[in-house]
Amino acid sequence: MEKQGSIVYLEDITVSFDGFQVLRGVDFYVDRGELRALIGPNGAGKTTLLDVICGKVKPATGRVIFGDHTDLTTLEEHEITMLGIGRKFQTPSVFKHLTLVENLTLALHQPRGVWSTLFGAVGTTQMDKIAPALATLGLLEKAHHKAGSLAHGEMQWLEIGMVIVQEPALFLLDEPVAGMTKDERERTGQLLQRLAQDHAVLVVEHDMEFVRQTAHRVTVLHEGSILCEGSVDMVQRDPRVVEVYLGRGHKVDAHDPQS
Amino acid sequence: MKHSPAWKKVLIPGSILAVLLLIGLPLLNTLGVLSDYYLNLFGKYLALAILALGMDLIWGYAGILSLGQAIFFGCGAYAMGMYLMLQSSGQGVYGERIPDFMVWNRVTTLPLFWKPFQYFPLAVLLALAIPAVAACIFGVLTFRRRVSGTYFAILTQAMAFATWLMCNRNEMNLGGTNGLTDFKSLFGVSLNTPSTLRVLYLVTALCLVGSFMACKWLVSSKMGLVLTAMRDQEQRLRFLGYPIAQYKIFIFALAAALAGLSGALYAPQVGIITPSQIGVLPSLEVVVWVATGGRGTLIGALLGAVGINAARSLLTAYYPEWWPIILGGLFVGVVILFPDGLVGIPNQLRQRLRRTRASLFERTVPDSFPSPSGRGV
Repeated sequence: MEKQGSIVYLEDITVSFDGFQVLRGVDFYVDRGELRALIGPNGAGKTTLLDVICGKVKPATGRVIFGDHTDLTTLEEHEITMLGIGRKFQTPSVFKHLTLVENLTLALHQPRGVWSTLFGAVGTTQMDKIAPALATLGLLEKAHHKAGSLAHGEMQWLEIGMVIVQEPALFLLDEPVAGMTKDERERTGQLLQRLAQDHAVLVVEHDMEFVRQTAHRVTVLHEGSILCEGSVDMVQRDPRVVEVYLGRGHKVDAHDPQS
Repeated sequence: MKHSPAWKKVLIPGSILAVLLLIGLPLLNTLGVLSDYYLNLFGKYLALAILALGMDLIWGYAGILSLGQAIFFGCGAYAMGMYLMLQSSGQGVYGERIPDFMVWNRVTTLPLFWKPFQYFPLAVLLALAIPAVAACIFGVLTFRRRVSGTYFAILTQAMAFATWLMCNRNEMNLGGTNGLTDFKSLFGVSLNTPSTLRVLYLVTALCLVGSFMACKWLVSSKMGLVLTAMRDQEQRLRFLGYPIAQYKIFIFALAAALAGLSGALYAPQVGIITPSQIGVLPSLEVVVWVATGGRGTLIGALLGAVGINAARSLLTAYYPEWWPIILGGLFVGVVILFPDGLVGIPNQLRQRLRRTRASLFERTVPDSFPSPSGRGV
């Protein structure tokens, strides 16, 4: 596999939980500026793959190379984040007792040390960056509401917004449109495409329509291994993919509005 | 809702507190309304309020339940006690240059670790630094390994018990079960005159106002956000790039330093420090003060500490055997009836009133949101 121009490169990654192999020697890479979708049936290891990149799970074997030569497997989660990897979790995890502005303040790309936090003011200079982010998300009028009062889709957006203001080089998004309405899904898709113009994005998603709308390339995971990789059309026509994943209730016709 | 500038959040409550404690109570004392005895009692309560402030920082804001804060309080109290013992040396029953209890234990020369406490500035510094460093070491060992929640609470409680056992032993040269007592003078002035006690009260009140304003500033800074976020969603914060362990160690050490300060102010006003004040039970009491006053508000911690200790002084005079039951009942009652503590009561009443009013005007049941179906197909 080519290594040139990749932002993150996973080599021979194996992860097992209680003897069960969740990932079996996976080789995987994401190019700079690419929007890559990761699909597969439940339990295929998609979320675990994201966990390995952001350091939540340490692989039993293999290396994760970020950029040119930084091995992420030896680093702690916060160090990995500060290298430029932002993660959006599957279930919306925002700070519900804080306001939207406060949530974004915490996420802003700024030094994270104890001392810089101690002497960092809240809500003054940072508003220059937070206000545009809120405007992009369409949440400007709720700036000072508690995050816990948001609707499910808005909470998802807030978390995406938190990853945006972190200014990472690589976005890891775990099911960003889960629980969203069709309209919200479309807006999220547009947002991701805008992001992909100057960032690399790796998104785990079940919604094939969404994947078709947004992703450049698709990787299919199945039982801890990569089944195939390629354009959306190519993947959808692959008989193995239809067999293990799309066949289960998914129409191969991506234009089906019911999907 | 706009953000008021941080200095406003600090200065307004800070100056109200300063006027009350530094001008109000001393004035009442001068006018003869408040006797010297009660002013001294208040001095003790205010010293304990500093301990409660630290507890509120780590528990109320950062969500770290420590059941060993009395250890750090003890460090400060013993440090100051050792200084006071040495101040009085030579005036004891035996006229030796070492504290009397050492003579009983056949110790003839001052142990090396007592020597720094001959000097006042060093004793004060150590009263704050020893607890802070101890908390740092304990924090590195636990927080870096991600020990948290109940496990952390149990570990701190075990530490409190171990410290209590250790201080009870005569070999420690800290006075054993009797602790340190019979303090006579401070800076050559007798400790037991009303004027000395008045000065001690003022110093304590000043330290409390200073600590309160420092804590208030801390929680109004971005640090306050990080601490609250850490309490509610530690994992999310970790993946925003915050080194969680460093923050926990910092706030735990700060709370320990406050506890040390509290102890250092408490010992000279009470005139005695024994192991019974640094074990498991006094550590738990701090939790009760903060829970009763209201977590995560600072002012609640202060009210809880002063209120419960005042109630204790009052009630133990009449029903000493009932006090533990009253304290326990109070704790259970507050947790069940007023989960936000005393300072949360007005807000709680307002919400109840609003709910009653709403149900009077419209008789419809509020819609419950259907939970999102979550996963895709």
